[in-house]
Amino acid sequence: MKQVTATGQTVDEAVQSALKQLNTSRDQVDIDIIDEGKKGLLGLFGSKPAIVKVSITENGIQQAEDYLVNIVKQMGVDVEVETIVKDRDVYFNLTGEKIAILIGKRGQTLNALQYLVQLAINRKPDQYYTVIIDAEGYRERRRQTLENLATRLADKAIQTKRDVSLEPMPSYERKIIHTVLQKDDRISTFSDGKEPNRFVVIRP
Amino acid sequence: MKALVETIVTPLVDHPNDIVVTENEEEHKIVYHLTVNPDDVGKVIGKNGRIAKSIRTLVYAAGTDTKKRIYLDIM
Repeated sequence: MKQVTATGQTVDEAVQSALKQLNTSRDQVDIDIIDEGKKGLLGLFGSKPAIVKVSITENGIQQAEDYLVNIVKQMGVDVEVETIVKDRDVYFNLTGEKIAILIGKRGQTLNALQYLVQLAINRKPDQYYTVIIDAEGYRERRRQTLENLATRLADKAIQTKRDVSLEPMPSYERKIIHTVLQKDDRISTFSDGKEPNRFVVIRP
Repeated sequence: MKALVETIVTPLVDHPNDIVVTENEEEHKIVYHLTVNPDDVGKVIGKNGRIAKSIRTLVYAAGTDTKKRIYLDIM
């Protein structure tokens, strides 16, 4: 975090001087007044300069990206990160070699990473972001796999006239299943079990 | 590896200076022991251990190319 402490005859002058040193503008900083200063008698005796501490406001998204990059680097994987911010959704797109380590079995490593980055980005309660981390198009491939699985198991449920339970999945993966099967009125879908072991049930 | 645990945990806690990670190498396994400020314990464990589980997932994934099994102890 970049910050400077500056002095001036008034608080305003001190802030101006700090902004100059940081090469930034007033709306991008946090200002802490340490001492308001004193004019003193006739401007001669007992005068004290104003002291302010000015720090550049932290940018949560940039920090989250740095956090993500640091973790990945220390896991021994080289990646390029592309960051896309859409309203409250933050997408981090990872590309590189050895990306399989980051995805893990059924995306569990990717999901763990996504959860931790989301926690880190939302530490400061000023705005809530949803973090989505994708690696080499994994999320899209997974969506297609899940859609295929959903339609196949829906057929099975209809044929056997029995409930079909899927394995536990995180909420957005369950959502994919619910969404695909919504149009089919021969079956209904709902989720059962407790997080993090909630799973989808397809009922004919 | 120790640095990885520290990197992961630092932004999650209120007292980053109190994070201590120790490494204990045994015959077939390496045990990393993580301690944080008592006020921060909840922040590294999470509801139903969800944060702890995520941290472990990452650490174990990073340790796949080492020969020994890796464990992460929290507190």
